[in-house]
Amino acid sequence: MRVELEKISKSFGPVQANRAISLAFEPGLIYGLLGENGAGKSTLMKILSGYQPADSGRILLDGAPQRFRSPLDALAAGVGMLYQDPLDLPPFTVLENYLLGRRGGLAIPRRRAAGELRELGARYGFEVHPHERIEDLSLGERQQLELLRLLSGGARLLILDEPTTGISAAQKELLFNSLRSLARDEGKTLILVSHKLDEVQELCNRAYVLRKGELAGEAELPCPNKRLVGLMFGQLPSRPARPRPEAGPPRLELRGAAVRSPRLRTQPTDLQVGAGEVLGLAGLEGSGQELLLRACAGLLPLAAGELYLSGVPQRRLDYLTARQLGVHYLAAGRLEEGLVSGMTLSEHMALVNPNGLFVDRAASKAQAAERIRQYQVVARPRSRVEELSGGNQQRFLFGLLPPDAQLILAEHPTRGLDLRSSDWIWGQLDERRKQGAAIVFLSAELDEILERSDRIAVFFAGRLSRVLPAGETSVDELGHLIGGGA
Amino acid sequence: MSRPAWLPRLWPLLPSFVALLLTSLLLLAFGASPPLAFGAIWEGAFGNQDRLLTTVAFWIPLMLSSLGLLISFRAGLWNIGIEGQFILGAIGASWVALSLQLPAPLQISLQMLAAMAAGALWAGLAGVLKRWGVHEIFGGLALNNLAIILTNYLIAGPWQPPEGGSFRGTAPFHADALLPLVGATRFSVVALGLALLAFGLVVLALRNSAWGLRLKALGRNPRSALLLGVSSRRETLLAMAFCGALAGLGGAVRVLSWFDSLRQSISGGIGYLALMVVILAAFRLLWTPLVAFFFAAVLSGSVVLQLRTQLHSSLGNILTGVLVLLVLLFGNLDSLRAWWAEWRAGRRRS
Ligand SMILES: Nc1ncnc2c1ncn2[C@@H]1O[C@H](COP(=O)(O)OP(=O)(O)OP(=O)(O)O)[C@@H](O)[C@H]1O
Ligand SMILES: [Mg+2]
Repeated sequence: MRVELEKISKSFGPVQANRAISLAFEPGLIYGLLGENGAGKSTLMKILSGYQPADSGRILLDGAPQRFRSPLDALAAGVGMLYQDPLDLPPFTVLENYLLGRRGGLAIPRRRAAGELRELGARYGFEVHPHERIEDLSLGERQQLELLRLLSGGARLLILDEPTTGISAAQKELLFNSLRSLARDEGKTLILVSHKLDEVQELCNRAYVLRKGELAGEAELPCPNKRLVGLMFGQLPSRPARPRPEAGPPRLELRGAAVRSPRLRTQPTDLQVGAGEVLGLAGLEGSGQELLLRACAGLLPLAAGELYLSGVPQRRLDYLTARQLGVHYLAAGRLEEGLVSGMTLSEHMALVNPNGLFVDRAASKAQAAERIRQYQVVARPRSRVEELSGGNQQRFLFGLLPPDAQLILAEHPTRGLDLRSSDWIWGQLDERRKQGAAIVFLSAELDEILERSDRIAVFFAGRLSRVLPAGETSVDELGHLIGGGA
Repeated sequence: MSRPAWLPRLWPLLPSFVALLLTSLLLLAFGASPPLAFGAIWEGAFGNQDRLLTTVAFWIPLMLSSLGLLISFRAGLWNIGIEGQFILGAIGASWVALSLQLPAPLQISLQMLAAMAAGALWAGLAGVLKRWGVHEIFGGLALNNLAIILTNYLIAGPWQPPEGGSFRGTAPFHADALLPLVGATRFSVVALGLALLAFGLVVLALRNSAWGLRLKALGRNPRSALLLGVSSRRETLLAMAFCGALAGLGGAVRVLSWFDSLRQSISGGIGYLALMVVILAAFRLLWTPLVAFFFAAVLSGSVVLQLRTQLHSSLGNILTGVLVLLVLLFGNLDSLRAWWAEWRAGRRRS
């Protein structure tokens, strides 16, 4: 199917997110869509997938103009999109979720459908457990599930909005192999929205670059990264050298700590993180690092062992207590765990900085404006958080961290951020640690872990298998270790 | 997705109109004239000063309960137990009325406080049950039944009137325990004052207070709310208790002005009615009193309807019931449309 966008424009109030953008996509090819945070990538793709209408412009499929009234409409015409932020967490099982999107609904025999779903998963290399609950799935697994749903719905153009943020290297490899074969063997068109140039180079045949709502240029791939960066940002400022302060007194200590989930029980773990230190947790998704990180914040109970915050033992820690002790948790799903859709930036400020019984609107608006300026969020105090682009949501989430945070626990801290923004976020985190905060983060990006951590804790199958100084290992060795190698 | 902006603002009007149409058809089917019937309801609700005051008297406890529900709904709670909380309020007030004899202002204040405490307690119980994993809908329904059983037990047992025999109610309370009424109606100025005060309080809580903001966050996304430092335990309990207290106050007004003693079916379903009011008002602050007033007018007007025409007064119930059903249906317009689009999409594919 040949897909054309003709002079698509879209604005949200004063923000012109897309300005007369014209693009064409040929069948059997994989396209990269690049651009910095807020460039208008998601907006354009949501228009193409029927999620929202354009202000002007046309969509042509095989030369025929289309009007999509809803994503389902678009899917019926063969266009399916995997959204950047899966918006809701329905209280369903994997199987029910899969059945719901289908015609014939629940009348399909469940056992057959479950078999079908497993088979479909196997065909594209995904492991699916039909009877698990959606809310227990990781982000990556939810994406895989959604992808299967689109494929079974007959999608011939697949749009993936930042699909690799938050999934493991192994899962990514799997996904890429499936995508390649979808394009090559089944003649589907694929559009990959991503901030990771290496991935785009590796997977895509051609790239389109957006900048401030306009088409800035296109490139046949592979091409030098510098060319893409040039199209995206003009020029990238050089990185300042990273401070490596000595680790101070312990902020976090685990002794024989174990956490249990329905799927996994972690082995007893000993770990210590000092003030000013950055510890990166590496491991395949579901190796236990997520569970442990949550337990450190009191979001999950410890099944065994002890937890110390700044040297003080904590029994039955809950998150609200932890917060009072300066522990802050940044989860991967921004609109699921972190920000409240429907509330404005000012309201978020008022929520985390209450002053008295009543909301001081002027004050919280001023605070929001201050954070917007300081964290370079493209928004206004009265914008609702769901209106922000993914990267801007992430920046604002960081802006909500109080200045006196002692221990910052983050899942995928630069998920969805462009190169410049992630440099900038890490600059902010480095500031925090100079002020004595300890930082523990997990990431699926081995590069990020290697580059940003002082020490690396490697997890495999629920066990902390190694702790290494970041300077003494390489991507290859780390990849080997998280795969269970010795 | 592209809907004119004014449409959602007006949307209860559309189902109201359809409801009116449907009830008219129903009337015609029974051989009655719709203008006559609706005229009788109007007459019954507003025909003279006494009737108007009676309508207001019915409105007050309904309004108090609806206000409470605005709070619990804001926190994302389905407080079906409001009916029981209303009844417990009535019981609390009756308890003070039957066991103390003080100067009227003190007596009445104490009764009100006891009613609010009892309602809050009953609601808090549902909140605690929720923490133990019992959804507030089921906990609430169970507690509603318990409240009815408790009323019947009290009337038949400890609070049985001295002459005995009747299971229908306690002996009338002494004069200082009852709210002063206007003329021959059941309208009390004190109760009206309380309702208006409660309205102001709820507006302040939801619009301007930090607590209201926490409830909003909790109601919209409990997981995010927790990460932003909102204690769902605490706020859930507080929201339930606040709602229960207002419903309890409504129950007190009901026993101390509409009736003069604790009766078997003391609430008359006002708690459930309040749920309908709030849903019909689309959980909006300023519409709630208006919708409650509309309900009060239709229901108290239907009494005259029965006198005038041969129709049963439950026509009022039918009208309001149909209305709420239609609103729920229209409110789900988006899901209806999605369903429709899916169905069409499916046809196109095959
Ligand atoms: N629903 C909306 N309401 C208001 N503004 C919006 C809305 N959706 C997007 N915008 C604005 O449009 C601009 C483009 O947003 P978009 O989400 O398309 O960016 P993006 O290129 O996907 O960025 P990112 O890489 O951060 O995901 C941003 O300035 C954003 O704030
Ligand atoms: Mg985006």
